[in-house]
Amino acid sequence: MHLPYLCVCMCFHLSIFLIYSGSEEEFDVERKARALDIEKAQQEEEAEAELQMNIQERHDDFMLPTPEELEESSQKPPNLPAIFQRIKDIVRVLSDFKALRQEGVPRKDYVTQLAQDLSTYFGYNDFFVEMILQMFPAAEALEFFEANETPRPVVLRTNTLKARRRDLAGVLINRGVNLDPLGKWSKVCSSVQTACSSTICSSNTRTFVKVGLVVYESQVPVGATPEYMAGHYMLQSASSFLPVMALAPQEKETVVDIAAAPGGKTTYLAALMKNTGIIFANEFKEKRMKSLSANLHRMGVTNTIVCNYDGRELPKVLGTNRVDRVLLDAPCSGTGVVSKDQSVKVSKSDVDIQNCATLQKELILAAIDMVDAFSKTGGYIVYSTCSITVAENEAVIDYALRKRNVKVVPCGLEFGRPGFIRFREKRFHTSLAETRRFYPHAHNLDGFFVAKLKKLNNDKALASDKGNSEDVDSVITIEPSLPELNTASNSPTDEKSVQELEDMIKSPSENVSTKKKKFFRKDLKNLPSKEEISKLREDKREALRKESKRKLSSDFTSSHVEAINAGEAKKKKHKKE
Amino acid sequence: MRPLDEQETTAVFEKLHKFVGSNLKHLIERPAVEGATAGSAPLRYCFRLHKNRVFYASEALVKKATNISREKLVGVGTCIGKFTKSGKFHLLASSLDLLASHAKSKIWLKPSSEMSFLYGNHVLKSGLARITDNVQQNQGVVIFSMADIPLGFGVAAKSTQECRKLDPTAIAAYHQSDVGEYLRMEDDL
Repeated sequence: MHLPYLCVCMCFHLSIFLIYSGSEEEFDVERKARALDIEKAQQEEEAEAELQMNIQERHDDFMLPTPEELEESSQKPPNLPAIFQRIKDIVRVLSDFKALRQEGVPRKDYVTQLAQDLSTYFGYNDFFVEMILQMFPAAEALEFFEANETPRPVVLRTNTLKARRRDLAGVLINRGVNLDPLGKWSKVCSSVQTACSSTICSSNTRTFVKVGLVVYESQVPVGATPEYMAGHYMLQSASSFLPVMALAPQEKETVVDIAAAPGGKTTYLAALMKNTGIIFANEFKEKRMKSLSANLHRMGVTNTIVCNYDGRELPKVLGTNRVDRVLLDAPCSGTGVVSKDQSVKVSKSDVDIQNCATLQKELILAAIDMVDAFSKTGGYIVYSTCSITVAENEAVIDYALRKRNVKVVPCGLEFGRPGFIRFREKRFHTSLAETRRFYPHAHNLDGFFVAKLKKLNNDKALASDKGNSEDVDSVITIEPSLPELNTASNSPTDEKSVQELEDMIKSPSENVSTKKKKFFRKDLKNLPSKEEISKLREDKREALRKESKRKLSSDFTSSHVEAINAGEAKKKKHKKE
Repeated sequence: MRPLDEQETTAVFEKLHKFVGSNLKHLIERPAVEGATAGSAPLRYCFRLHKNRVFYASEALVKKATNISREKLVGVGTCIGKFTKSGKFHLLASSLDLLASHAKSKIWLKPSSEMSFLYGNHVLKSGLARITDNVQQNQGVVIFSMADIPLGFGVAAKSTQECRKLDPTAIAAYHQSDVGEYLRMEDDL
């Protein structure tokens, strides 16, 4: 940079000098200086061009490995850094596919190669990798896998029956434990506690802030201090706080915890209820009963009845429509807690997930049956799992919505992602957006799902059968009204012939059309074919067009039509009243 | 689950009397908070026997627990102790909260010997920080840390006067149960 400047300076000086000396030499030196300048400029240009080319080359450089290369690398032990580099490259390509793709290579090939590499690098089976790639975009999937390699921070919950968080924190710090109060987890999971303003947090999260402590490191074993043994705190994962916060049991209520062992959530329930009311702590596996009892005694919980039933039998034992609240922390496949148990990476398959889902569906129905919808303070069920699969989470809640008179209500947890309303080919009820999902890479919590349901009615039979048919089968309910419309425009004498005609057209579906409007899900098998449905729709549109034409022709202004419509609406209202 | 019969009740009350003395009346006649629905009269606590274990729970809790079959019921309220095969009654560590709040005789341990006691060792004179006055020999004592956290219970080896004259290595109180058992012997509780 300085060179041309120096040259110019030099030649300026020289030229000044040369002016006095002679004109010939001046041209000579000037020419030389100019040549140097040109050379310099050329060099710079070339450097620029090379830089550009390098950048471009790097972009275009990533090619999917050919089958021969793959063969070769499968013979040797896997080259992990190379595989990781390839993973990152594919993620980059997929993020801007149009610009960065290789010509002629479909997206599917990239995704397949990515799945293979992820499976090799992180050690998951194909089912798991595919499931994650279906749920997240490629970059986020990579974050998820990386987050599962490191453990989540150790968290302890102060037992408010015996101690206060501030005092406990002081005592533990004196013993040599490095800890912080548990605030709302920020995305970057900083260790600094974020202030919890009352406008943002619901009362549930305020208790969350007051009892949690994060442990960073400790000189003494945190699970063996005298305070632990005296029941002043409980070692839990932060995600275990969430379902209890969502349930928010009040004092003097009756609460059932269907899958209670080892007792972290049960003891939290008791602490929130201040040892009043009754908690039924049920656990299916006999081997875990000891730890449940021990934890309850250690934490000084006195309002609990501990039993060892299969959750599906509980309504028979405890009675239906009796209890104020139910917490169902369902047994699941554990796909959200890979960082705790690495064996989940390879041991899960589609069959396992389906089995879990079936059990969960039965349990949630049992849970709903136990609750008294008209309880003065309650009527809530909280369903939670430590899994991130859609089949165990949203599908189960959707099943519950279809089978019982419940609705999804906000959980009171304002962080976390809303649950899926649609996922691949499945469509769920829109209220499922109130459920919450938590991920290790996004919230620094174990993978978790929480949903809160309110029971509307104590009947098991769905009161909303009519509602169902209106939502789902609106096409079919048009049929009975069609003949009415047609008869309105035609003369009464043609009524029969028109109906006969329509009956002829719709003969296969006639049974369905002439049946009463009430529908059950089983009757979905007898739906009319697509052509018939479209034909019906067209007929309806025609009829409506004729209606509107007739109205417009009889009355000149549109406002007049509106007035008529308003009048009709009013008449209808009066009729109802 | 059934109420205790005469013999069993005497055994339990005798043991409790060792630790809480005349507070026993208060223990039994406490108004119970658990299980009460809002607005109803306060309930009492009662003792029930289930699979050789004695449970201390409020009456409302006990009533609700009658639905549950004998094989499937694991516990109600707090388990305070169990009967051995030969019919003797032993108090368990889980009764500590109850005992500690009604205890007559207390011992406070120095911080240095807390851990030793929690491992199951007896209390030596060197670990003794404070002891309530007028403790008789072989009277039940509840053992606390200096921060008033109940650590366990045991039997006084000597009366208070004699304790003052003991050697540092002599035993001041025999260990019967401590809170460390939750970690050491979780299965036995």
